[in-house]
Amino acid sequence: MSAASDPSTWVAQHGDALFRYALMKMRDESQAEDMVQETFLAALKARANFSGNSSEKTWLIGILKHKIIDHFRKHKREQSSDDIESLSEQLDQQFDHTGHWSIPMRAWQEPEQAHEDKEFWKVFSACIAHLPDHLADLFILREVKGLSSEEICKLLDISTTNNMWVMLSRARMRLRGCLDARWFNRDSGKQNRGER
Amino acid sequence: MLSCKQIGELLSQGLDRKLSLSERIKLKFHLIICKTCNCYDKQLQFVARSARRLMQPDKDNQGIPPLSDNASARISDTIKQQLDKEENKKE
Repeated sequence: MSAASDPSTWVAQHGDALFRYALMKMRDESQAEDMVQETFLAALKARANFSGNSSEKTWLIGILKHKIIDHFRKHKREQSSDDIESLSEQLDQQFDHTGHWSIPMRAWQEPEQAHEDKEFWKVFSACIAHLPDHLADLFILREVKGLSSEEICKLLDISTTNNMWVMLSRARMRLRGCLDARWFNRDSGKQNRGER
Repeated sequence: MLSCKQIGELLSQGLDRKLSLSERIKLKFHLIICKTCNCYDKQLQFVARSARRLMQPDKDNQGIPPLSDNASARISDTIKQQLDKEENKKE
């Protein structure tokens, strides 16, 4: 059993990891900073209970996760999340009236290599940030481990899990399109537009 | 026979829930003959894989900026103040 380390070293040790985790989920720098601070303050109070069963970082990320979920709970987006009709309209643009694809689908060359490229992650983060807020919230919360579909729907005011699936499908479709245009086929896009 | 639009929906839902046997059969059938949906399937899965990787707290160096110096200093100060308060209470 090990105790928590000296709290005055926490920011240096864990600040960046916590901030990046929070930033990905909040998509707002100052809110992410607030979350990190709140996490450390909560950890200060609770540090006597830190058992050392997990690493200190895992323990802190666990606290941060709860803070973020609380934040989503308290600050629900004003606009109702399931605006399925306007989502369907966007979807319709991707298909012709017979339900066939109306957009070109070009294969991505060696996609796994992109994961090794820092620039790729910048583009991917930007693509998520460009989603409409409610889709981005949903897409990101979906990746928070331990949240059930029912809990996510409740947090984001989505009326049915079926609606949630439809929305996730839209989010992924948009992300695919964004990665296609801004990463995998970015050169062919430029050529089409006559740019260099 | 499902349209590409319906298949696209099912491919995404396959990432969120277990598809029924009949849904899986329809999918398989369609993917054998439809190159475009096949391609979409692969790209969708790549998007999902990338998202999982991006959200891992251990993946530190992926173009996401670190905590700024200002914020680091501010948060360190707050922690220090809190520790001082605890000290004072003890005395």
